[in-house]
Amino acid sequence: MALSRGMHDDILAAIPNLRAFAVSLCGNIDRADDLVQETLLKAIANIDRFQPGTNLSAWLFTILRNHFRSEFRKRRREVEDADGKYTESLTAEPSQVGSIEFAEFKRALAQLPQDQREALILVGASGFSYEEAANICDCAVGTIKSRVNRARNRLAELMDINGAADFGPDEAMRGILTGT
Amino acid sequence: MNDRKPPRGETAPHGDGKAKSPRLGREIQIRIGDKLRSMYDDIVDEGVPDRFASLLRQFDEPSSNNRE
Repeated sequence: MALSRGMHDDILAAIPNLRAFAVSLCGNIDRADDLVQETLLKAIANIDRFQPGTNLSAWLFTILRNHFRSEFRKRRREVEDADGKYTESLTAEPSQVGSIEFAEFKRALAQLPQDQREALILVGASGFSYEEAANICDCAVGTIKSRVNRARNRLAELMDINGAADFGPDEAMRGILTGT
Repeated sequence: MNDRKPPRGETAPHGDGKAKSPRLGREIQIRIGDKLRSMYDDIVDEGVPDRFASLLRQFDEPSSNNRE
């Protein structure tokens, strides 16, 4: 179960991205780091299953996602709850500039179904292609595309409620009237 | 490698059947993409926490002794 220098470095390089994805699943950096820890242990224990030359990052993401769904979530009682702990933990994160803006966005993100949020993050933030995301989520490419589109549309709707002021009621009205 | 697909002004045939003007939809989708990546990048920029760096070191191939 030893890691070569190359594997060590490659896994190291994948960790920041993996953490960010874990946060989007767990809603909380501490739980996310626990999830990443367990994922790394699983990956190392099964390192002989990894085919050198293939996408290591995608492999790690797959392990993390599966682990989250099968064990981690049940144990930690991660429940999809748009108004509950998940949202609260996201908005309570000590953060960054423009945290009010982020809080709104995070609230909207939390309202998406898990599948859609995950697909959106993989394609829109983690930088995977639709094909890679489909492999990670073990579904068809068309399914990923559909989830991403639904996620984007839903977020657009949710944020439009807040952002309509930017565009002015007339423009929004015009949009609704002329929209196909 | 950000293989981002260009956001198109998709109407929403699923769900509640609300139609959006393509122009309005696209601007919001760009904002969504930016916010998402911005949130995401904040974490990526933190790098690798010590706990994971030392975890990996534990599994390095030993240089001399033969331990499992």
